[in-house]
Amino acid sequence: MAGDEETPPALILHHLPNFKLSIFALLRSKYTVLDPLDDPPHPSFPELSNAARLMLCAGPTPVTAAVLDRYPALECVVGSSAGINHFDVAACRSRRIRITCAGDSFSDDVADYAVGLAIDVLRRVSAADRFVRAGSWPVRREYGLGSKVSGKRVGIVGLGSIGSRIAKRFESFGCSIAYTSTKKKPNIPYTFHANAARLASNTDILIVCCALTDETRHLINTEVMATLGNSGIIVNVGRGALVDEKALVEMLVSGEIGGAGLDVFEHEPRVPRELFALDNVVLSPHHAVLTPDSLGAIEDLLLANIEAFFSNQPLKAEVQLEFAS
Amino acid sequence: MDAIGVLMVCPMNNYLEQELDKRFKLFRYWTQPKQSEFLAQQAESIRAVVGNATAGANADLIDALPKLEIVSCFSVGLDKVDLTRCKEKGVRVTNTPDVLTDDVADLAIGLMLAVLRRICACDKYVRSGAWKLGDFKLTTKFSGKRIGIIGLGRIGLAIAQRAEAFDCPISYHSRSKKATNYTYYGSVVELASNSDILVIACALTPETTHIVNREVIDALGPKGVLINIGRGPHVDEAELVAALVEGRLGGAGLDVFEKEPEVPEQLFGLENVVLLPHVGSGTEETRIAMADLVLGNLEAHFSSKPLLTPVV
Repeated sequence: MAGDEETPPALILHHLPNFKLSIFALLRSKYTVLDPLDDPPHPSFPELSNAARLMLCAGPTPVTAAVLDRYPALECVVGSSAGINHFDVAACRSRRIRITCAGDSFSDDVADYAVGLAIDVLRRVSAADRFVRAGSWPVRREYGLGSKVSGKRVGIVGLGSIGSRIAKRFESFGCSIAYTSTKKKPNIPYTFHANAARLASNTDILIVCCALTDETRHLINTEVMATLGNSGIIVNVGRGALVDEKALVEMLVSGEIGGAGLDVFEHEPRVPRELFALDNVVLSPHHAVLTPDSLGAIEDLLLANIEAFFSNQPLKAEVQLEFAS
Repeated sequence: MDAIGVLMVCPMNNYLEQELDKRFKLFRYWTQPKQSEFLAQQAESIRAVVGNATAGANADLIDALPKLEIVSCFSVGLDKVDLTRCKEKGVRVTNTPDVLTDDVADLAIGLMLAVLRRICACDKYVRSGAWKLGDFKLTTKFSGKRIGIIGLGRIGLAIAQRAEAFDCPISYHSRSKKATNYTYYGSVVELASNSDILVIACALTPETTHIVNREVIDALGPKGVLINIGRGPHVDEAELVAALVEGRLGGAGLDVFEKEPEVPEQLFGLENVVLLPHVGSGTEETRIAMADLVLGNLEAHFSSKPLLTPVV
């Protein structure tokens, strides 16, 4: 039986074929790793997986009700992403399955990246770099003017681990900070707005960094973007589906919004081609977390949580699921 | 005041040019096919020169204008003005401090993020369609990196304040130690040896020309990044290019070059550099504020009122 004296505890490895973490090898040496993609499969896969209590979900691999049904003894899924939009949260809740996510592992890097994208859009860093590399400076003599960053009004959608770090950074630029969130947060010095449209009407730099859920899908819609207006810019380091991408593209092309820095898209890696012609748009391949520091931090957290689970110790970065009693 | 001759030495800003044209008798130096003849003809009527980072008032020009009373710079840098000659001749000099401090500091941080996180290279990656074949490789975290600032004046301090919000430890080198908690180093080489990112934020003078030389670049090393938002001649550009091409320096974010608008072409193929066409103060808001300061200084001088931002 998994977890007894002779056999190391069993761990389901749930991942897409191309997705690997460098800790997989270490995990195989410490635990009985059951990877349904293994070829050949583990000789005792059916019995062991039937009794396995823990799953590692590596990457944004969907954890659906069907997946959960395959492992009836599952008590916890340790996830490697900041978001849990790839989880059927209701299915986890009804089966009383605990979920952990990335916690703060990526937050500094994502916050840094959001600020970098905002500066790039407003000051035309990428566009001006292209201008120089094309040899245009000696010919055209001067590059056009950008827009000042310092002192602008920053509006943050989702003031969590990432959003609060973004706020701290922009404060040092003399920016005022406002936010919207599912609930107003106590003891926060920033102005709260009840919804994204209200936030957008008082914002120059709109940062999207909240969780993707059924409620927040297309939160940033035509109305919000029209309210933001052509002197405002959007930076999205959350999930593509938080923004109505079709409307975003139309409004960028028509000039109804002032610019955008986008690290995420609705159908990655597909990016709407209309954006390629725009100098007030900065495009990024879902890169914000990709530093050795962030990846090291998440791997440390995953190992710690797996160890803690099997030792009946408290877990870190657990998602509050509010199981019915 | 529209009889007062003002010589604008190069194109720099449409709003400034229009306002100068309205308020004074404006001479546009760059439109004159024979500049020395023009000066000989118009010298007696020119009482002010307006210059910028590209061109100012050297000794020859000052000497050619016997009625020159004031040089008003559309920049905070004064390296293109012969200050000694101005002092000798009683010519006033003004610049545009403070109004551009935020923009330049913002851009310095923007360059640091763009280089370390490869933001421009990532943008190019997406536009080229390469994302369909795989993710962009890992890049370097910015938060917590050791920032070394050469010159802790208005701009240097503004850069430090911003970098602190990213938990970056700050150190600096300056002609004299300042009353601050940042770590002081007595030499640029020592500063570079103890920094991950070295940023140039001092004035360009004969003493600070090539302040970043081979020795400093070696001290910064193959993981170090140089950010230049000062003046091109602060850096030995040939050494910088060689170091970047050979991998002896980790990266660079450059807004200024020794012979603008020429940029060494060997840099164009490098992914670890970001190249900007001297846009440090280049925002709509700031250029208007700078122009208003130039105009304000000229108006004050010709109304015998105190200058707004005098240097000499």
